[in-house]
Amino acid sequence: MSSHDIIIGLAGVLFAAAPVVFATVGETLTERAGIINLSVNGTILLAAMASFAVAVSMHSIWLGFAMGVLVGAAVALLVAFSSISLKQSQVAVGFVLTLMTRDLAYFLGNPYMGLQGPRVQSLPIPGLSKIPVIGVLFFNQDPLTYLSFILIGVAWWWVFHTRPGLTLQAIGERPEAAYARGAPVNKLRYIYAAVGGALVGLAGPTYSLSVKAGWKGTISGLDGIGWIALALTIFGGWDPVRGAIGAYFFALLQWLGLVLQPYLPNVPSQVLQVAPFPLMILTLLLVNIGNAEWVDRTLAGLPPDARRTIRKILRWMQVVPPASLGVPFEEE
Amino acid sequence: MDIELRHIHKYFGPVHANDDISLTIPSGTIFGLLGENGAGKSTLMKILSGYYHPDAGEILIDGKPVELQFPADAIRHGIGMLHQDPLDFPPLRVLDDFMVGYPKGLTLPRTEARQALRTISEQFGFTLDPDAYVGSLTVGERQQLEIARLLWLGAQVLIFDEPTTGISAQQKENLFAALHRLAKEGKTVIFVTHKLEEVNQLCDRVAVLRAGKLVGEMGPPYDLDGLVRMMFGKVVTKGERMVTPLGKTVLQIKNLALEDARLRIEGVDLEVHEGEVIGLAGMEGSGQRHLLRACAGLERPVEGKIWLDGHDMTGKGYHDFLRRGVAYVPAARLEEALVPTLTLLEHFILAGEQRGLVIDRQAALEHTRERIETFNIRGLPHSTVESLSGGNQQRALLALLRPGLRLILMEHPTRGLDLESAIWVWHNLKRRCREERTAIFFMSSDLEEILHYSDRILVFFSGQVSDPIPATETNIEELGQLIGGRGFEPIAEVQP
Repeated sequence: MSSHDIIIGLAGVLFAAAPVVFATVGETLTERAGIINLSVNGTILLAAMASFAVAVSMHSIWLGFAMGVLVGAAVALLVAFSSISLKQSQVAVGFVLTLMTRDLAYFLGNPYMGLQGPRVQSLPIPGLSKIPVIGVLFFNQDPLTYLSFILIGVAWWWVFHTRPGLTLQAIGERPEAAYARGAPVNKLRYIYAAVGGALVGLAGPTYSLSVKAGWKGTISGLDGIGWIALALTIFGGWDPVRGAIGAYFFALLQWLGLVLQPYLPNVPSQVLQVAPFPLMILTLLLVNIGNAEWVDRTLAGLPPDARRTIRKILRWMQVVPPASLGVPFEEE
Repeated sequence: MDIELRHIHKYFGPVHANDDISLTIPSGTIFGLLGENGAGKSTLMKILSGYYHPDAGEILIDGKPVELQFPADAIRHGIGMLHQDPLDFPPLRVLDDFMVGYPKGLTLPRTEARQALRTISEQFGFTLDPDAYVGSLTVGERQQLEIARLLWLGAQVLIFDEPTTGISAQQKENLFAALHRLAKEGKTVIFVTHKLEEVNQLCDRVAVLRAGKLVGEMGPPYDLDGLVRMMFGKVVTKGERMVTPLGKTVLQIKNLALEDARLRIEGVDLEVHEGEVIGLAGMEGSGQRHLLRACAGLERPVEGKIWLDGHDMTGKGYHDFLRRGVAYVPAARLEEALVPTLTLLEHFILAGEQRGLVIDRQAALEHTRERIETFNIRGLPHSTVESLSGGNQQRALLALLRPGLRLILMEHPTRGLDLESAIWVWHNLKRRCREERTAIFFMSSDLEEILHYSDRILVFFSGQVSDPIPATETNIEELGQLIGGRGFEPIAEVQP
């Protein structure tokens, strides 16, 4: 494989990761506000199917994307409404919704199976796309990939460098304190649920109208992506940049699975296709191992230098969830 | 700003937390609000700060009625409250915490905030590092941060809810100086407390609440006995110091070192005898909790040894300690000690001897009834533990400890309890020392409690531990200075 092929391949990784980035950043925003939206997996499928159907029948790629965003926001608002206003368990509601939206996607998507649909065209940026290596990687992509780059930066800036972003951290961390300081906690939670959900929804059409254009029902290959996005939100420590890095890591693993196949004839191809999933879980385990009591006990028995070094590494890797994640807040 | 509360009522379910309270609080004074735990002080102040909505009554600011629907409304009217448990954000940096709640702009006013924090800190003699994490601050510093923040937002009325809990004597002096200064600047300062001496020291006027009702007001010079009668409706005393004769060694600790990511505690040497009570004093987070947890096998020491009744227990786990007669009673009663949603009956079944497959409900019920009776718990066998008051939860916890224990480890045995319950709890603990020869090892932020009930005292200061001090040879002032770090080596030498 020539170095040119590798760069093209890596550009493909950035392209293929875009929907995972959307979903991860969206879920990060929602969870930062203290709401767990577990419906991500089904939402992506339903949004992918619905936006493809709309794009095909209305002959408009724009309406298709609008549909995807709407589906995502609507499902997220259902989770928010049932938890904030009806005081139901976010986990239970999200779980049921993820199953329901997935089955809805397969069922309602039947008439659109295998149809030819519109597809987002790539949009090389004049001038910049001619820069060697960087041009191919970052400036010879389709508009959605550009959007995913921008989104990572904007989300990061929003959460850590704006006043509303600081309030967002506050309501997920200690809603009662945020409320005492004047933040309308539950209203903001609705808003972030909807915005985050819309981004998760955007992942759908990014697949069905671009990355994996078309709708092929159960063999679309989208099932499971949502769970990965949920895991990446945690792996990223609820930081949009770290989450996005995770998304690229996942896309890279998937690409390697394809690229390495010819070199590993003895390994069944299914193993390589599935490998990214357990690898992600393993990473998650490693990141959070410092939380375990037995690790603490084991460490206490080690010599001082080793103990301190390992503690430092664990602490650096460790991520702390927003303290009130999934906990409803009652004003008054 | 002058504050007037008129006929405030507030119900929580069947509890009448505020019953027709009317108060006038003039600006430029320190106004005390005195009462036992559960008297309704915090509720009233939360109503004034917009956190709760009153069921009836009105609030007037400078003679004009105002509607305080949300905390945001109160902030707009210049009313700010320091909650008993500081309502801040431990994972944030000081400067970020300072800016949460700032009302306008898209980007963060970092430069402006840093400047304001420095100016206010200089005025009041606060020592706040804008880049430290809030979680690493002492309670006193967190209060300073809140005061600075409220002043930055332009608060004219500042409510302090039990601000002296968990801070050192030195910090208390600083706090009182700040309060005087605020009042002199014409701010309205409301000081909520259950401690008489603080009222005596600080307040220009005091109102006393009991069981949700306003029982009276008083100005200086204060008639302290009169205030006690107003608070309790009767005279309450703690009783004499009890001295229990000591027996043989129960717990021996030699050259113990403990460590976590933040703190290192080393060189702890101690022998605890039968019937002895050892109090651990120090500011929250100075290492007391680590030592208690190590003595229960919940934390593994990095150096040193622990013996129980002559058996080497170093590195053993909690269940081994439990079998040797050690019991651990954490401070977070509902989170760590009891199981919410389970009833008292179920708790006694869980804590009792496990035998057979099927629960003998009848025997369990009888046992539970007997315990409820003996321990004077206000509740029924089928009451869930979260429905009990704090004092009754603590009684239930003590009732769950089996008799004949060798060592009881307690975090804050009387935190959040009313005086009567607190006295009862210690009466029960001391009885175990006397009759069952149990040793007690406890931490508390209430120095009076430590002084009154301990035989010997260990003082902690950021991981350093003093030699045991006999309780009869020290006093509150000396302890206060010790927990503030006097007499300890400086933690870090600053190189010029």
